[in-house]
Amino acid sequence: MMSNKTSNLLLISAIILIVVLTLYYYPNAEFAGADGLAEDYITQSQPNYKPWFSNIWEPPSGEIESLLFSLQAAIGTGVVAYVIGYYKGKKKALK
Amino acid sequence: MKKLFVLLAILSPIPAFSMHIMEGFLPAFWSMFWSLVYLPIFILGFRKIKHLLVEKPELKLLLALATAFAFVLSALKLPSVSGSCSHPTGVGLGALLFGPWVMSVIGVLVLLFQVLLLAHGGVTTLGANAFSMAFIGPVFTWLVFSLSNKLGLNKKVAVFLAVFVGNMATYICTSAQLAFAHPDVVNGVTTAFYKFVGIFGLTQIPIAIIEGLLTVVVVNLLSDHVPMRFDFLSQYKKRS
Repeated sequence: MMSNKTSNLLLISAIILIVVLTLYYYPNAEFAGADGLAEDYITQSQPNYKPWFSNIWEPPSGEIESLLFSLQAAIGTGVVAYVIGYYKGKKKALK
Repeated sequence: MKKLFVLLAILSPIPAFSMHIMEGFLPAFWSMFWSLVYLPIFILGFRKIKHLLVEKPELKLLLALATAFAFVLSALKLPSVSGSCSHPTGVGLGALLFGPWVMSVIGVLVLLFQVLLLAHGGVTTLGANAFSMAFIGPVFTWLVFSLSNKLGLNKKVAVFLAVFVGNMATYICTSAQLAFAHPDVVNGVTTAFYKFVGIFGLTQIPIAIIEGLLTVVVVNLLSDHVPMRFDFLSQYKKRS
């Protein structure tokens, strides 16, 4: 059986490949959000439906939004890396 | 004419990149309904976490990791074959490590972050979104993993399948929730359900695959480096 390291390398390559192939095969796609599409469907099929509540706060611009998204990912990745690093170091120290 | 365009620009929603139900898009009845359904699940999950941390305080770090993983994955908006975008849920890892109940609380944290800071999902749809993402998804992940173990599948394959199915179950649940709230005017709930499955479905398949693969990566890392004895990981080491 292949080691976890090799398998991780393969898995990560596969993930990158899936994303790259998608972008390659759909050069003209809009890549809008799927929930935006669902929203369109509801507004079209039920023109009488009015969303009765709107978001309390919205990021003022796409830039601010991507700032918050990258913060979310960065902090999360930091924690994941910290925990795995902690155990890796601990295991080494135990040996 | 110009005014009309301005009006359209204001009314047309900024495309949000997620698989959650948008704020205000569940009628008040369904909003209440799902919140009430979710309340006991949340309370039970909360008690499970408290119990877990009292019994095995050494798991605190792994719980932090599972939470962080869910945060990272829900920020990854990925392009998909349908030409639209969606993101993974990231709750599968935690469900494998700690069982489905624990994720019912952590999933809500992730959803709240997205609602309050990113205007994705909503307060009025929180109950429904939590039910699909933080309960149905993890439950299916857990079930599929247990079943795969019984069948003696390779552990990596089992983790992948479990997370894949959990992700797909979440979006099917979301589609059903939307269909009940917005049945097709002529043909009713079933037609609307297929419509919503159509909208989310194709997009979600590659994303569910990616989430499955990524979860295997992290589980591999954990099984290599976490020295502690822990049901899920020691099983994983033995049979992968």
